[in-house]
Amino acid sequence: MTDAILPPPKKDPQKRTRTQTLPSGLRSRAALGLTAAAAEGRFMLQVCGECGALQYPPRDACSTCLSTDLPWRDIDPAGELIAETTVRTSTNTYFRERTPWRVGTVRLDAGPSVMCHVHGDAPRGGRVRIINRLDKSGQGVLYALPPEGTPHMEDDPQLREITADPKFRRVLITDARSENAVALAEAFAKAGASIIFIGEPEGWRPYPHRAALEAIPNVQIVPLDVTDTASVTELAGEIGGKTDILVNNARFVRPGGIMDRGDTVFARDEMEVNYLGLMRLAQSFGPAMRGRGADGDNSAAAWVNILSVYAYSNMPAFGAFSASNAAAYSLSQCLRAEMRPGGVRVMNVYTGPTDDAWHQPLPPPKVAPAALARAIVSGLKDGLEDVFVGDVAKDLIERWRAGAKVLEREMSETDGGGA
Amino acid sequence: MAGRTSKRMGYEGVVLAAPATTPYQRFSKETAHWWIARALRQSLQSAGLSPRDVDGFSVSSFTLFPDTAVGLTQHLGLTPRWLDHIPMGGASGVVALRRAARAVQAGDADIVACVAGDTNHVDSFRRMLSSFSRFAQDASYPYGAGGPNACFALLTDHYMSAYGATREDFGRICVAQRDNALKNPHAVMKKPLTMDQYLSARMISDPIALFDCVMPVSGAEAFLVMREEDARAAGLPHAHIRGSIERHNAFPEDPIQMRGGWAMDIDELYAMADARPDDMDLLQTYDDYPVISMMQFEDLGFCGKGDGPAFVRERDLTIAGDFPHNTSGGQLSAGQAGAAGGFIGLVEAIRQITGTAGPTQVEGATTAMVSGFGMINYDRGVCSSAAIISGAGT
Repeated sequence: MTDAILPPPKKDPQKRTRTQTLPSGLRSRAALGLTAAAAEGRFMLQVCGECGALQYPPRDACSTCLSTDLPWRDIDPAGELIAETTVRTSTNTYFRERTPWRVGTVRLDAGPSVMCHVHGDAPRGGRVRIINRLDKSGQGVLYALPPEGTPHMEDDPQLREITADPKFRRVLITDARSENAVALAEAFAKAGASIIFIGEPEGWRPYPHRAALEAIPNVQIVPLDVTDTASVTELAGEIGGKTDILVNNARFVRPGGIMDRGDTVFARDEMEVNYLGLMRLAQSFGPAMRGRGADGDNSAAAWVNILSVYAYSNMPAFGAFSASNAAAYSLSQCLRAEMRPGGVRVMNVYTGPTDDAWHQPLPPPKVAPAALARAIVSGLKDGLEDVFVGDVAKDLIERWRAGAKVLEREMSETDGGGA
Repeated sequence: MAGRTSKRMGYEGVVLAAPATTPYQRFSKETAHWWIARALRQSLQSAGLSPRDVDGFSVSSFTLFPDTAVGLTQHLGLTPRWLDHIPMGGASGVVALRRAARAVQAGDADIVACVAGDTNHVDSFRRMLSSFSRFAQDASYPYGAGGPNACFALLTDHYMSAYGATREDFGRICVAQRDNALKNPHAVMKKPLTMDQYLSARMISDPIALFDCVMPVSGAEAFLVMREEDARAAGLPHAHIRGSIERHNAFPEDPIQMRGGWAMDIDELYAMADARPDDMDLLQTYDDYPVISMMQFEDLGFCGKGDGPAFVRERDLTIAGDFPHNTSGGQLSAGQAGAAGGFIGLVEAIRQITGTAGPTQVEGATTAMVSGFGMINYDRGVCSSAAIISGAGT
């Protein structure tokens, strides 16, 4: 049975903050397929395109028929823990600091045996299910869970290393004025976040849901305007050292592409908020978060960007907005690389049209704020890096993977609804 | 392969001679080149030969980088007409013997010096583990980075639950080898080991505890392969090769390693040597962890699969016992000098059956089996090898 973690003690400012060490991130190119699948929390292995044999570890050629056609497929995660050990000494500093560490050999029902991390509640010699997640080095690793949920299973110390669970963590959500703010704050409160800072731009202007925000437990509304460098820097000076999860919720949305606008006023605002806003936040909050990746149970854990799925492929009806999101998407990849040494995850949540005033004329399906908030919190609990919320986003990424050029041509016909 | 009918050619006319062991050190500031040079020199000197007499050269080492056997020829001033580099770790000794013997038999070389050696710097073991193989890098090192300790812990855990072995059964192997090592002045471990000490040692990777693990050291081992007539002319004690086998990636369908490649080929080994298990005066297994020695007792035909625990309860594995095993103390007590761990048993066996083992000598030993096991590429040892050799004895 997993011991429930307790509220972390107040930090002693005279003690040294533990430096984040990392498990080995060296992988062959083939093995990165596991990492790509882990980003979305999928358990995938290579399956021979010719003879159907399942491969593990990842290979360049089929160990049954020598075919080099080895596509990645979702695999039945059920298996049996046929051997286990508890590592008590390791040559790698990351594991050495975290021993005892349970690992095992799981024989998959689907065929091969895999070496994997093992949850404390997984029964010895018993049935398990495998998940594939990113470890602190940002690489995919396999992890055996008990077949059913157990009390406090999310608190298993080895599992917490591969998730970004909001429990007892301090969250900053930008843009109190956004229609998502209440749903986000409620979801984080429910997930056990200890403080929920909400960044409020232009506090002198009233907005309808302020009272609802204030009514949520552990919420603190703080001044923050992501288009104002001084404002971002000032807040980072105050709470940057205790921001464990940052949800970049600020975005500027207007319809229109290039020629129907006739000027660059909105385009500039889109870049100020959606792209440079991310840059300002990352420059002010990024270094402190990266330095606190191993700071106990409320270590810095994740950075969340809410992006339009049209970052992948431009939707001309919101063409300039799409472009600003493409810029933010590209910047998020840079942020990921820069955050990685600290073991802090950058989770991008891609959404199709959201159910708000600026998408009012679009047909359903649209993503409601509560659905977005749920996806963010469950993504953090699952330790994901890429989350696609709603049918439109899921459909679009599938098409993009099948053929980006084909999708581009399709997008030019769309009204923005079903993509 | 099953059903193969053609009979393998024997090793008549080829012998092993001049076994050499450089005393091991826990850590060394020297390089693998230095250690290999020392063992080679010692072997050649004992045979009354100079480096110029060597026209075949076989090398096994993990820590030569960026060199291979090629760089060593120039470094050591050798001009061989036959050159081999064997990256098979614990299986390398018997594999070197096999290849060198065929080269001498065919006349491609007259005298092949087979050498294995590695250095052990303070941080070299960690560096080697993280990049040991692609599968290890991708699929085992990220999981706790326990290295071979964790991999063998998994095999041991599985073996124990499958066959009812206890830690005490493995302890018998370790305690007996320590007893043997106390007679070997070069062994790194010099203190006696009791079963209580074995059982109460700290856990390293459950169920593997401290005395189940080898100690990485620096060291080197060497022997010469040459024509029998040349050995006789030089008056060198020598050993004949009665038979040998090797196998790689055997039983890939086993969900976890329960047997090694020996199980595929052991009948052929005995047939080639025209011998039975009872004919062996001593056995040298590859012993980086006791579970793998126990599997070798089974797969080499000394007892049935799963009977290893009963076997070690019934037999005395010490030098003076009824089943002398790893007479120099093996890697568990003499130390694991990298790839030289694949030679330690073979070199000791040559000494034993030529009556030159000195303090570890098994009385009247004339026939020995040596087995090798190597390379935890991912979750199991991939390479296995074994040979039966005979000498004139004491």
